Amino acid sequence: MTIDKVAGAEGATLPRPRGSAWRPVTPSTPRGTFVIGLVVKIFALGIVGALAVAAAGPLIAAQEWMWLSLLVVTTGLIFYVYLSPRRIALKYFVPGLLLLIAFQLVPVVYTASMAFTNFGDGHRGSKQEAIEQIQSSSVRQVPGSVEYGLSVATRGDDADGELVFLLLDPSGNGLIGDAEGLRPLAPGSFTASGTRITAADGYRVLSLSEASLRSEDITALVVPTEAGAVRANGITRAFEGRAVNAYDAGCDCIVNVDTGETWTADNENGSFVNAAGERLPQGWKVNVGLRNFAVALTDPRISTHFLGALLWNIAFAALSVFVTFVLGTACALALHSDRIRGLRIYRILLVLPYAMPSFAMLLVWSDMFNRDFGLVNKLLGLDVDWFGGAWSARLAVIIIQLWLGYPYMFLVATGALQAMPKELVEAAAIDGASPWARLRQVTLPLLLVALSPLLISSFAYNFNNFNAIRLTTDGGPFPPTDSTAGATDLLITYTYRLAFGGSGAQAGLASAISIYIFFIVVIFSLISFRRTIRHEEVFS
Amino acid sequence: MRIRMTGVLAALTVSALVATGCSSGSPEPDSTQPGGSLLIWADDQRAAALAPFAEAFGQENGVTVTVEAISQDLQTNFVTASQAGTGPDIVIGAHDWIGNLVQNGTIDPVHLTAEQEAAFAEVALQAVSFDGQTYGVPYAIENVALIRNTDLAPNAPATIEELVATGQALVAEGKVTNILSLQVGQNGDTYHIYPLFTAGGGYLFGKQANGAWNPEDVGVNSPGSVAAFTKIRDLGEAGSGALTRSISGDNAIPTFTSGGAAFLVSGPWAIADIKKAGINYEISPVPPFAGGPPASPFVGVQAFFVASKGKNKALAVEFVTNYAAKPEIQKALYEANPRPPALKAALEEVAATDPDIDKWFAAGENGTPMPNIPQMAAIWDPFNKASAAIVGGADVQSTLDAAQETIVEAIGS
Repeated sequence: MTIDKVAGAEGATLPRPRGSAWRPVTPSTPRGTFVIGLVVKIFALGIVGALAVAAAGPLIAAQEWMWLSLLVVTTGLIFYVYLSPRRIALKYFVPGLLLLIAFQLVPVVYTASMAFTNFGDGHRGSKQEAIEQIQSSSVRQVPGSVEYGLSVATRGDDADGELVFLLLDPSGNGLIGDAEGLRPLAPGSFTASGTRITAADGYRVLSLSEASLRSEDITALVVPTEAGAVRANGITRAFEGRAVNAYDAGCDCIVNVDTGETWTADNENGSFVNAAGERLPQGWKVNVGLRNFAVALTDPRISTHFLGALLWNIAFAALSVFVTFVLGTACALALHSDRIRGLRIYRILLVLPYAMPSFAMLLVWSDMFNRDFGLVNKLLGLDVDWFGGAWSARLAVIIIQLWLGYPYMFLVATGALQAMPKELVEAAAIDGASPWARLRQVTLPLLLVALSPLLISSFAYNFNNFNAIRLTTDGGPFPPTDSTAGATDLLITYTYRLAFGGSGAQAGLASAISIYIFFIVVIFSLISFRRTIRHEEVFS
Repeated sequence: MRIRMTGVLAALTVSALVATGCSSGSPEPDSTQPGGSLLIWADDQRAAALAPFAEAFGQENGVTVTVEAISQDLQTNFVTASQAGTGPDIVIGAHDWIGNLVQNGTIDPVHLTAEQEAAFAEVALQAVSFDGQTYGVPYAIENVALIRNTDLAPNAPATIEELVATGQALVAEGKVTNILSLQVGQNGDTYHIYPLFTAGGGYLFGKQANGAWNPEDVGVNSPGSVAAFTKIRDLGEAGSGALTRSISGDNAIPTFTSGGAAFLVSGPWAIADIKKAGINYEISPVPPFAGGPPASPFVGVQAFFVASKGKNKALAVEFVTNYAAKPEIQKALYEANPRPPALKAALEEVAATDPDIDKWFAAGENGTPMPNIPQMAAIWDPFNKASAAIVGGADVQSTLDAAQETIVEAIGS
């Protein structure tokens, strides 16, 4: 009967209406749900629109045309996809696609592009910014000049009118300063109180509140004088100052007008250098091509330690996976029995370390390995300087990894064991296989097939397990004669110190090395996955 | 239908993300005032202390002042935000940031009158000057001192040798476990070892003729520094054991508060815990070695900086140079976080009610302002590790030679 029905259904060609008029309203979907869904959809798209409009304002104000066009395209895409009953596939894909771009592709592209620059402390902005900063930070008060009380004022009666400085010198003389220069005010034409002018004929003195709205104009107003220029120092004071360093476009250099010392632009490295090879602190970002990649390979500070760090890194990741897997699986096998009483309590106790925040646990563990005060030495009556010796520190790190990591392996191994058909082990038992043989030849291989991808991902994770080292040994112990690479340094902690430890942040170099690390992890993962696939072919 | 809704919701999240990710405006201040607005960044404690005064300044002058607390990595966040144009107008931080902030073009010099300058403690002004310019308005001074438990050690030791003898006697009597609690840790601590390093005759950077630090003259393996570290090694695990890598930043203060050591080298930040533990304490300068020069701790100065990429620079300069330099403000900041104020007037006022203040100040009298040149960044890591290795018993000369080489190379690159 059933067979007939199926055959009939296959054979029948049901007439089906086609085109946009057709709606897949199935009897199982009540009309109410559809209306609610529609309302929610309209509401949600409304919010998307509102957010887009809200975001567009500041973007237009900041003239960020690139981001604005991105916003328009993204919003347009969302409306295009969800306003139509068709494009079903895209409806599923778009959210994931956008998240993938925002959280995966953009950071990767950004990192990669940074690796080709000297971006870092002292080389963050453009050359123009550096020049402006060098000039403005070299403004010094002209020796022997006086301090003025400043009143910011406008010509006429409009608070938005042209800005002038009304200045009062210490002997009570009033002056007016604008872009033309400094001129005295007629003695009777102004009133002063304290150190400042409070009113002047033909001008409107701005209150601090009014003046604060014209901050940019105040900063921009430079009143030229013979010795330099009068500049505002805040809103209530002014001083006569002079920029000691000036940029000369002719020689592409900075000249100190007092001493005549020059710093010539080094456009390869993004800094101004004088004859003695000294650099001005303010530099700029330049493209350095493949230099960061080359430095990572050729700099003896890096290359001599790279291999050692790499070997320990592999050992660390492999051992972390191995010991946690062995202990986790052993616990799972021990508890894989219906005859144990209080099974659930044992399982909860075993999983407990997994439930604690690993950040805090790492710090607690690093204290427990303290030589004089640590729990480990006190409990065992030892006097081992755990983090002081290379091998003891490595052992300690692996022990910490074991404690933190085995509950995860226990959980996944328990899951895999429960999913494993009992018949296989039973059949082996009937065939006369010993318990050991059953474990070795039936259970473990099946377990490995199920867990291999997890082991590989666990390896990749531990390969870059920054916190596990940073929060415990911080790479130490270091040989007395070398502070750059310690016995427990992973590539990632080593890179971190190299990039941010020595002479400030060197984001460009760090990006280049992280790209190398990325390729190393990719190679390992590829090899492992190849092997897993072969593994699965054997057993399936 | 359910899946479709999920899609819509996800799309929403994405567009919200795009919206927030792209908008580059700073947080909107509530525009209760008709005038301009000012944004100040500080760490948690200081932000809370400053907020009422910022508001008062706003009320008085008809402007809006917002204080934002940045609890983590204030310096890095400030540099990054300034670069992106989303930074504040004013930032409050330590004076040794100056070199890095200047090389990244994020702060402007401030111009104080001679009268204003005279009102500050000299060491504070010295600390905020860089490349011949004053880059911030200082408000608090901090340095380490020797804190002792007066029940165990009633008298301040005149020399380090005396300190060690007293500590050893206490250890022998079983009253304490450690001679001295001075944080070293597995990877060293330049800041805390520095008074001993200078007491032994060492130096990090030489000075130029005009008094500025000279990054070309690194003295890490100079004969004086080697002599200093030879003395430090004798205090270390291979010698008397007064210094040990087992004491780190995590347990240095608890070791003292739990009675495990009679002496602690630490700063004003330790006092709250010591008081809570009910320990009778006294503060004195870190003593010199017998017959040696005085110990010189690092002096750190907290200051107001004007952001060069701020949106309201005129108002920021006004606030920093004319308002933050008032004694009332500095006193309030002291109350939020008890460290000696940088204004002499405020210091005197505070010292009248808090006997510790004068002692902290006295302990810092021989101090060295922490170098604020960007090259200082190259010192920390190698010097930390060299000091830890020597405390652990490593050979002094070869360890310092290697540290010197690493530092010089990092400065040169």
